[in-house]
Amino acid sequence: MSRVLLTGNAAAAWGVRLADVDYVPVFPITPQTEIIEMLSNWAERGECGARVVTLESEHSMLTAAGAASITGVRVFTATSSQGLLYAMEMLYNVAGWRAPLVMVNVSRGLAAPLTLESDHSDIVAARDSGFLQIFCATCQEVHDSVLLAYRVAEDARVRLPVIVNLDGFYLSFTREPVKIRDAETVRRFLPPFAAQNIEFRASKPISQAVAVLGGSQYSYFRYEMHLAAQQALAVYDEAARDFAALFGRHYPAVESYRAEDAEFVFFMTGAYATKAMDAVDRLREGGMKVGLVRPRLVRPYPAADLRRLLAGKKAVAVIDQNISMGKGGVFYTELCEALYGLPEAPLLASFIGGLGGRDIPAEEFYAIAEALREAVKQGKAPPPRLLYTATELREMRKLQAIAHVERKELGNAP
Amino acid sequence: MSPTAIKRMKDLPSTHLLGGGTAMCAGCGGLEALHEIYDVLGTRTVFVNAAGCMTLLSIYPFTPFRGSWLYTAMASAPAGAQGVRDALDILISKGRMPPEEDLSAVVLTGDGAAYGMGLSATSGAIERGLDFLYICYDNEGYGNTGQQFSGATPHAAKTATSMGSRGYPGYKKDLFSIWVAHKPVYAATVIGAEPLDLAKKIEKAKTFKGPRLVLALAPCPTGWLYDPKDSVEIGRLAVKTGIWPLKEYVDGKVVHTHVPHPRLPVEEYLSTQGRFAHLFKPQRNEELLREIQARVDEYWKGVE
Repeated sequence: MSRVLLTGNAAAAWGVRLADVDYVPVFPITPQTEIIEMLSNWAERGECGARVVTLESEHSMLTAAGAASITGVRVFTATSSQGLLYAMEMLYNVAGWRAPLVMVNVSRGLAAPLTLESDHSDIVAARDSGFLQIFCATCQEVHDSVLLAYRVAEDARVRLPVIVNLDGFYLSFTREPVKIRDAETVRRFLPPFAAQNIEFRASKPISQAVAVLGGSQYSYFRYEMHLAAQQALAVYDEAARDFAALFGRHYPAVESYRAEDAEFVFFMTGAYATKAMDAVDRLREGGMKVGLVRPRLVRPYPAADLRRLLAGKKAVAVIDQNISMGKGGVFYTELCEALYGLPEAPLLASFIGGLGGRDIPAEEFYAIAEALREAVKQGKAPPPRLLYTATELREMRKLQAIAHVERKELGNAP
Repeated sequence: MSPTAIKRMKDLPSTHLLGGGTAMCAGCGGLEALHEIYDVLGTRTVFVNAAGCMTLLSIYPFTPFRGSWLYTAMASAPAGAQGVRDALDILISKGRMPPEEDLSAVVLTGDGAAYGMGLSATSGAIERGLDFLYICYDNEGYGNTGQQFSGATPHAAKTATSMGSRGYPGYKKDLFSIWVAHKPVYAATVIGAEPLDLAKKIEKAKTFKGPRLVLALAPCPTGWLYDPKDSVEIGRLAVKTGIWPLKEYVDGKVVHTHVPHPRLPVEEYLSTQGRFAHLFKPQRNEELLREIQARVDEYWKGVE
């Protein structure tokens, strides 16, 4: 099939349609809503075999999703930002139920202050929930990752839910050429849903999600989840290889762009990594050996791949679109752990950028590259940096000045 | 069993389906009601549970249920029932499960979830016309955490968080009416101490498709402070004093299935429980007793 122009949201919906999903509990939230609108309309017209039900909250939505999944059907759902946090209790729960559903999260910054624009604080907050996480950088990748996600989630060695993450606005509302996969080939890649005896049937009474008494029982089940998540590394690689054989496109757990011979590396997740790719090309034209390393799989954490790709590099700039208050960039911290003790470990520098949809322009990538070169010269990593320009600060000061004038006018200036 | 099979006490099921030896307290009025409900409801059920005392019925690897069970969370058991029901319907309609494997979705919740945190999910499930039975065992407080007051706590009751001389300052929320305002297919109040009335209602509820409420007052020895042997008697007094009206909503009308006559004074019920002891000792609180009696009288004025 030739390529069509699709938004990231539409690309996700098409993935769900091709995955032959049975059940889609939904709740609207910007910038995700387009996905559930498309699925609702298709379901109404009988163009896809899913039943779409609107719940009254994300918490209920995910409860229904998990319950249906462990009753024995293939389930999809989608959310974003505040919705993901509202559902958070159930993220941990349904992962513990071993419900192999797929959820798309359209990343958006978290309140307060309230914003509609993108960063990864929401998805990072779900980091330890038991949901596996795939980060996408293009609309094609969103489409294909939904299919990959079902393969991994439903594999008997894994049986855990998966979040496919795409960046709000930058992917969700941006049209890119997308090849919608052939339905027959998808059926060869993704077998029909297998309940693996986790189901409710009159003839086979079962108690699911029961309480335990005592730490050793609790630990046993939690360790099992962790080990299953770790097994997902090999299962993912297998699925990605099969996908490449059938569809001609390979999605490794960690994507590397011109990084093989690079001395300096940008390390990013999500759509902004495509900005980094452009910067890499420009910097290479200027003679600097720069590359990009972009983990697609964030849970399970592809530590071995990262060590292999980054060993021997001079310096790596981790650009986090998230921030752990009082600590800094989450992916920077994780990469430090992954590379700790590696004989040829590069210098690591932390940058926070792109919060709430803030751009990271090419000049900032050049400045980051320059900071890496300087760090190597000095032989030590620079302190973590929060990206913010003098121009931005000047604009911010203007807004603050307006706020102060108005407050004085109202007589409640400090 | 035909809809009219249960007429007298001797028609009640003689086979008891719920196992014993659970972690519930001795004399638990909620468990008493659940035993009676389960005997009529049967085992082709998935009990979808919200956090509360009865979450401790199924503790790995044991369960008293011969049918199925799913624990969800405190706020969203009706949404769990939605997922189970929808999935079963999908499996049947796509021919992936024979209809004889079908199950009924039953929510099992305490008053803490039903009157508060779970209201939004419950309202949503009713508005979607979900085919499910909703059982609330109402012990009038957050019993599992040591009986702090909830939206179901009656006026003047002492709880772990209303220890003052006037007890709980609020008034018991009318969950039955909240359900009725949604126009469900069926809603009923029951109590374990009146097993015939209870069994008839469960039998009737089984014949309907759609959202159905069974609200059971659950005398609670550890929360209401009385001897476990008195649970049945206290349940009967709740009915005889008119404090717990037995009624049902069907075809758009509320009908009382039992009108206590003559109605006993509320004191006879209140004085059996430590949570109301401050109304009688060190001296009688006539004002509060009169207020409670007046509210009950006012309710029945519209009925009798």
